[in-house]
Amino acid sequence: MRRRLAGILGVVVVGCAVLVSGCEKSPGPEATKSTAEAAPVKVGAIFAVTGGASFLGAPEKQTAEMFVEKVNTAGGINGHKIELLVRDSGGVPEKAISLAKQLIDEDKVLAIIGPSTSGETMAIKDICQEGRTILLSCAAAEEIVEPIASFVFKTPQKDSDAARRIFETMKDLGISKVGVVTSNDGFGIAGGQQLAKLAPEYGITIAISETYDKQATDLTDVLTKVKSENVQAVVNWSIVPAQSLVAKNMKQIGLDVPLFQSHGFGNIKYVEQGGEAANGTIFPCGRLLVADVLPDSNPQKKLLVQYKNDYETRYHEAASTFGGHAYDALLLLTDAIQKANSVDVAKVRDALEGLQGVVGTGGIFNLSATDHNGLAKDAFEVLTVKDGKFAVYQK
Amino acid sequence: MDFALIVQYALSGITVGSVYAIVAIGFNIIYCTTGIINFAQGEFLVVGAMTAISLTQVVPLPVAILGAVLITTVLGGLVELVFIRQVRNASVLRLVVITIGLSILIREAVLHIWDEKPWSLPYFTGTAVSTVSILGAHISLQVLWVLGVSAVIVTALTLFLRYTTTGQAMRACADDRMAARLCGVNDRWMVTLSFMLSAGIGALAGCVISPITQTQYDMGAPLAIKGFTVAILGGLGNSMAAVAAGLFLGLLEAFVVSVLPACYKEVVAIVVLLSILVLRPSGLFARRETSALRTA
Repeated sequence: MRRRLAGILGVVVVGCAVLVSGCEKSPGPEATKSTAEAAPVKVGAIFAVTGGASFLGAPEKQTAEMFVEKVNTAGGINGHKIELLVRDSGGVPEKAISLAKQLIDEDKVLAIIGPSTSGETMAIKDICQEGRTILLSCAAAEEIVEPIASFVFKTPQKDSDAARRIFETMKDLGISKVGVVTSNDGFGIAGGQQLAKLAPEYGITIAISETYDKQATDLTDVLTKVKSENVQAVVNWSIVPAQSLVAKNMKQIGLDVPLFQSHGFGNIKYVEQGGEAANGTIFPCGRLLVADVLPDSNPQKKLLVQYKNDYETRYHEAASTFGGHAYDALLLLTDAIQKANSVDVAKVRDALEGLQGVVGTGGIFNLSATDHNGLAKDAFEVLTVKDGKFAVYQK
Repeated sequence: MDFALIVQYALSGITVGSVYAIVAIGFNIIYCTTGIINFAQGEFLVVGAMTAISLTQVVPLPVAILGAVLITTVLGGLVELVFIRQVRNASVLRLVVITIGLSILIREAVLHIWDEKPWSLPYFTGTAVSTVSILGAHISLQVLWVLGVSAVIVTALTLFLRYTTTGQAMRACADDRMAARLCGVNDRWMVTLSFMLSAGIGALAGCVISPITQTQYDMGAPLAIKGFTVAILGGLGNSMAAVAAGLFLGLLEAFVVSVLPACYKEVVAIVVLLSILVLRPSGLFARRETSALRTA
C-alpha cells in the first residue's frame, strides 16, 4: 500500500514537472519575440557543406555568413540582429531531418534556409510545415512548392523552366531526337521527369533515358548505349561531379553531338574539370555567371556584380549561382521581416507571400499565395562554355 | 548491335575494370602478410592523388607523382606503427575494425587539409579528348596508362615477393608467422613494410586514375568497395588474378548496361560477388586444393 502511494506520488510529481516545463516552453519564444524589440532573430541554415553536393552547400554557407554579417553591421533589420545557425547535412536527407527537428524544437528558429538538395528539402518539407517554421529552400525541384505548403518557399528557378529553355534551344537548332542521362538523386530524378513531361510539347522525342549512380567515376558505358540510339543531342541532368565526366566521356567515345546540361552546371569548377571537353556545353542558368557582360540596362546587373565582387574578394574563389540561391533566400526573408515589421512567424510568412518585384541573384521575384517561387522562365539565360569560360549562348 | 558498338562496350568495360584492378592490388599486399583487409586502402589512393595534385603546382608531373608516392608510403608506415602495432591480442577482426576507423579518420583529415571539391591531375599524355581508335571504337589514352602501370606493379610485385630475401620473408610471415619468427624474420617490420608498400601502390594507383575518375575527398570508400569486391573475386592475395577479375567485372558491368537499364549494373555486380562467395569462396582463379590447405 505504501509503495503504491509512493508510486502515485511519483507519477504526480513527474506529471507536474512536465506540465510546468511545458508551460514554460510554449509561451517562451512568443514572449521574447514580442516584448524585446531588439532581440536577435534566430535563422537556421541546413547546407550540404561537405559530401557529394558540397558544390552547392559550401558557397551557400559562405554566402549566408557574408550576408548576415553585412546585415548585422548595418544594424540589423528593424533593430533585430540575425543569429545564423549553420548546420552541415553532408547532403544526406536523414541528417537533414534530424537537423531540421533540432532547429525547430530546440533552437526555435524563425526560418530555415536550405537545404541544398531537393532530396533533403522534400524530406523536411512536412516537418517545417507542421512545426510552423518558414522553409526557404535553396534546391531546385518543382515538387518543393507544388503542391504548395504554406510555410515552404524556394529560391532557385523552376526545373520545368530549365527544361523549357533547353527544349526551346533544341528546337531552334532543329534537334528532334535526344538521349537523356540523369543522376540517381533527387535533383536528377525530378529533372528527368520534367524533361519526359515537357518533351512532347516541343515535338522532341526522348529516344533513351538512363540513370547513373551519383558517385559514378566513369560513364562511357551509359553513353555508349546513348550513342547506339543515334541521338542528335544529349541532355545530362545532375549536380554531381559526373557533369564533367559526361562531357569528357562523350568526346572520348566519339559521340559528337551537342551536350545540354541542367542549371546544375553553373559552377566554373565543372568547366575546369571537363577541360577542353566542356567547351560548347549548352545550359540554362541564372545571370550571375555572365554578370560582367550583361547590358547596364539589366535590372539585375548592379546586384549581381556587387554580390560577385563581394564574394570573390572575401573567399578568393569564383562565385556560383548556388551561393546566389542562399543570398536570395536571406534577401526574401529580411525583406519580409522588414515589411511585416515583426518577427512573428505568421506575419513574416504572410509578408513573404506578398513580396513583389524583389530583385535577386536568380531573377526578379514576384511571390503570391499560389506561387512560392516567384520566378518566371526568363530568369534563365541560355549559356555556353567558350574557351573554358561561361558566355551567353548565341546560335 | 553492330560490331563497333560491341567493341566500344568492351573498351568501356576495360576502362572501369582497369580502375577496379589497380585498386584491388593494394588490398592483396596487406592481406598477404597479415591476413587483414585494410579498409583504409581507398583513402591511401585519395591521399596520394591529392598530394600529387598539390605538388604539381610547384614541380613537374612525374616528380609530383613520385613525391606523392613517397609521402603516402611514409604515411602508411606511420599508420601501422601508431595504430596497428600497438594493438595487443590483435585478432583479425579487431584489426579490420581499426582500419575502418582509420579510413574515416583519414577521410576527414583530407577534407580539412584540402577541400570538398573534386580535383584531378592532368592527363599524362594528350588531353581529356585524345583517344586511340581500336576497330572503330575509342578509348582514352589514360586507360592505357592505367593498364600499363597495373602491369608494371603486378610484375614488380611478383618478382619482389618471389626472388628477394625481403619478399620471401614477407611471404613466410603470411604462411606461418611463428615459424618465420623462429627462422629469424623480423615479422613486425614485415607488417610495417607491407603497409608502406600498399600505401605507396595505392598512391600511385590514385594518381594514375585521377584524370579519369577525378579525385574527391570522399571517393575512397566507394573505390575501396569495388576494389575489395574484385580482390575477392580473383581470390585474395593473388594480384595477377585481381587484374583479371577487375577487367572481368568491368566488362560484365558494361555489357549489363548494354541490355538492362544502367541502374541495374551494381545489382548484377553484387549478385555475381555473392554467387562466387557461395560457389567458389576462394575466388575465381584460385585452385580449391591450395586454398583448402591454407585454411586447414
